[in-house]
Amino acid sequence: MNVLDQDLSVMNPTLADGCSLLVAFAVVGATVWISYVLSAKLTRGRVHGSAIAILFGLAFAYWGGVATGGENGIVDIRFFAGFGLMGGAMLRDLAIVATAYGVRVEELRKAGISGLVSVLLGVLTSFVIGAVVAYVFGYRDAISMATIGGGAATYIVGTVTGTSLGASSEVIALSVATGLIKSILVMIVTPAVAKSIGLDNPRSALIFGGLMGTTSGVAGGLVATDAKLVPYGALTSTFYTGAGCLLGPSLVYFLIRWIV
Amino acid sequence: MTIYGTALLSACLICGLFIGKSLGRLCGLQVDLGGVGIAMVLLMVVTGWLKKKQLLNSKTEAGITYWSAIYIPIVVAMAAGLNVRGAIRGGPAALLAGVLAVAACFALVPVISRWGKP
Repeated sequence: MNVLDQDLSVMNPTLADGCSLLVAFAVVGATVWISYVLSAKLTRGRVHGSAIAILFGLAFAYWGGVATGGENGIVDIRFFAGFGLMGGAMLRDLAIVATAYGVRVEELRKAGISGLVSVLLGVLTSFVIGAVVAYVFGYRDAISMATIGGGAATYIVGTVTGTSLGASSEVIALSVATGLIKSILVMIVTPAVAKSIGLDNPRSALIFGGLMGTTSGVAGGLVATDAKLVPYGALTSTFYTGAGCLLGPSLVYFLIRWIV
Repeated sequence: MTIYGTALLSACLICGLFIGKSLGRLCGLQVDLGGVGIAMVLLMVVTGWLKKKQLLNSKTEAGITYWSAIYIPIVVAMAAGLNVRGAIRGGPAALLAGVLAVAACFALVPVISRWGKP
């Protein structure tokens, strides 16, 4: 949004001012409804309605980014600012925690060790792949490799790693882009490959969440696969970013520096 | 009362985030270490205990289950707020790193699932 637009919108408040959250509820509700109708009519339920709804969400985000040049998708369009509150961290975390209600504690216990292994393996695999790709594309210093590797974990890991190591803003931006691509891909691809990787029970959902780590990707992907699996995947994925932020600027960075 | 459920849920999240942030600070980082995960465990433990004592009626439950039911729409709103254009403009390096990382992790799911199966 340029300065002129901003001034105009201050002078001409839109209809949504003062009820932006309600606009978000109404628009998302309509989007979900259309998505479920499309799912039933066009794909005969083969593509889950929530997967279509998330795709609509991503398309809105792209449209918002193109229209305003901002970084917050549709939220940068004043009329839709309520999406920022509705989809923001506070309500998202509240809803994620609520899904844990009714989870059987014994399921968690069964996956204890494999959950831990999946988080560690997921973080390290992503770091390695990101760092190798960075090297191939000419980012050959340890700081840039660790930062882009962090982005391949999640964009928060990438930002934290890059900031604490003092990476350039170009590298941090690339790292964030990598993390975003990962989360979008996980959202879209999960329902399609769920069957072939055995993602149909709480235990594999815990492992999936730990390996992928992107909270939004795991949440969106699992909801579109089988909503009952969400709490299991969400639980392990919330430890992933923490583990990544802990390992990235320390162990991973020193390992990369030692190798390069 | 429905608000009891929502209040309980919120209290669990606040405690979880507080513990997560404190853990982060202990490790010298300004990040939250698994706060949401801790909150989920808290909610499971507390509601399990309340159920056993029969202190959790269906109205209180509704204050929790509403939020879990509204989860999909919240994820849709979250997706609409992502920097999708930025991700696409990140170029081939970001795209390749993202695709490879996702592919590798998907491939690892059945491997770890088989490993240590009870």
